[in-house]
Amino acid sequence: MAEVRISGVRKSFGDVAVLHGIDTTIADGEFMVLLGPSGCGKSTLLRIVAGLEQQSAGDVSIGGRVVNDVEPKDRNIAMVFQNYALYPHLSVYDNMAYGLRVRGTPRPEIERRVQEAARILELGQLLQRKPRQLSGGQRQRVAMGRAIVRDPQVFLFDEPLSNLDAKLRVQMRIEIRRLHQSIRTTSIYVTHDQVEAMTLADRLIVMNAGHAEQVGAPLEVYERPASVFVAGFIGAPAMNLLRARVAGGRAMAGAAALPLPQAAGLGEGREIDWGVRPEHVELAPGAADADAEVAVDLVEALGADTLVHARLADGGALTLRLPGTTRVREGDRLPLRLPPAALHAFDAASGRRI
Amino acid sequence: MIDRRSGPDWFAHAVLWTGILVMAFPVYLTFIASTHEPSTIANGQMPLVPGDKLLETYWQTIFVGPTRTSRMPVGAMMVNTLVMALVIAIGKICISIVSAYAVVYFRFPFRRTAFWMIFMTLMLPVEVRIYPTYNVVASLGLLDTFAGLTVPLIASATGTLLFRQFFMTIPDELLEASKIDGAGPVRFFVDTVLPLSRTNIAALFVILFIYGWNQYLWPLLITTRADMQTIVIGIKKMIVTADALTEWQIVMATAMLAMIPPVAVVLLMQRWFVKGLVETEK
Repeated sequence: MAEVRISGVRKSFGDVAVLHGIDTTIADGEFMVLLGPSGCGKSTLLRIVAGLEQQSAGDVSIGGRVVNDVEPKDRNIAMVFQNYALYPHLSVYDNMAYGLRVRGTPRPEIERRVQEAARILELGQLLQRKPRQLSGGQRQRVAMGRAIVRDPQVFLFDEPLSNLDAKLRVQMRIEIRRLHQSIRTTSIYVTHDQVEAMTLADRLIVMNAGHAEQVGAPLEVYERPASVFVAGFIGAPAMNLLRARVAGGRAMAGAAALPLPQAAGLGEGREIDWGVRPEHVELAPGAADADAEVAVDLVEALGADTLVHARLADGGALTLRLPGTTRVREGDRLPLRLPPAALHAFDAASGRRI
Repeated sequence: MIDRRSGPDWFAHAVLWTGILVMAFPVYLTFIASTHEPSTIANGQMPLVPGDKLLETYWQTIFVGPTRTSRMPVGAMMVNTLVMALVIAIGKICISIVSAYAVVYFRFPFRRTAFWMIFMTLMLPVEVRIYPTYNVVASLGLLDTFAGLTVPLIASATGTLLFRQFFMTIPDELLEASKIDGAGPVRFFVDTVLPLSRTNIAALFVILFIYGWNQYLWPLLITTRADMQTIVIGIKKMIVTADALTEWQIVMATAMLAMIPPVAVVLLMQRWFVKGLVETEK
């Protein structure tokens, strides 16, 4: 069990800077997810924590000990790789036992720990198999077993589910969550899948182009995105964002006068990015109560929900997520209510939340 | 690509059988010749059925040798050749796998230069550098020794290149997982790289053993004493220019014996060889 502290970590490969100073602390027992699009530096950060890459500047400490110059094997971490990285010539049992053997753990102790991990992960029947005789999900469980037997201070997961099919991914996601609830080891989990991030994380770090855009609990990040990038990245379908100017207490997006969120600092004439999530737009009972009116372009009926792609008077696109019972047809005009509490505003120049 | 036409199977068979006959007939003829009296071979009318001297000829070849020339038993030559071929094959594998490991997994100054220098020796086989190499071996007093016979042939770029290409296909994550598991460079080599290279080692062993066994020019230069002779050189020395003096039945028996070890190695290692080609998972 340990706290992981990352302070001022930067990384450049030659002239290319990929991390521009990351500061964060992962509490003891916390499940932290690094979320971001590919190329944002999240895997690099994880590999720096693992000791597989050397940071260009800054400190990493695990359990209060600065580990900048400590070899990966001495950091007391375990890592689960995207492609599992199982030793192909060793059986499942030996794959899990290898790290313990290298460290000179007594044989009965190895036996006990491997059997325990196999029990937790339901690998008991497969211990004598070779990795190539296993399915993707089983291989991933062995990779996790290899991490568990070591009983490390920190688990590092590098996109462990992205090689699995959709159904298995959901199942493994739940297993990882359950595992963490039972053993409570500090975990850092890298993913580009926001559903994984939202469901697994105690807290998440949204990364973009080498910066930590926002650190917070999943719902906090969803409800109060700190920047336009986070707003657009978290949530599916993505938040509607419109360029607007504050005028007369309204956000003027072209010809449409939209309500403003309840926030300070929305002075007259300020350029903003105005945002609302598709699921927070409501249909108004009548044109008189409407905050805006849209013309429907396209309807995607998903059963539980109906996604409506629509346009404001002057052409600004708006996606709405309406209950599946709503019957809407292309070409309809819909009066909308935009509750101020569900609206977001970001500074147009900096992209930061207002 | 399996063509399931039921058409002229006989044609394919005919082609195959013709090929086999063309390849196998000289071998058969050699065998037949090794079972006859020397006079039968020398009169120019080679019979196509085995003679009655089989055991006698082979016994003489293996334990006594040609009476008129070297008097060196072929059995001893085979031992020499076997030692040479094994040392060359095993030595080459050991050196090339370690150097490939260094080139692929370690960052050291002039790594690329080292690799290219190894690569360039591909263009310098023994035949090209024969005089300087002979000179070095002679100055070291290694003429007529197994060291002189084998060491200059051991260093080779081929094996290094083969292992390098193979190591580059081992996923980096395996190295990283191994690092996190606490294995250092030597353990990673012994526990992971070597077992994964098994089939490659086997394949390379087959090729190199045959290469070593068939060496002709280098042993010809290095060995002068009869008891250091290898079998390929032995055959050459049995054939004397005056036709009547050549004991053809012994030459033929020696040729047959010279074929046995390479064939045996290929047959025994065949399973590994194929496995190395088929099994791709890492």
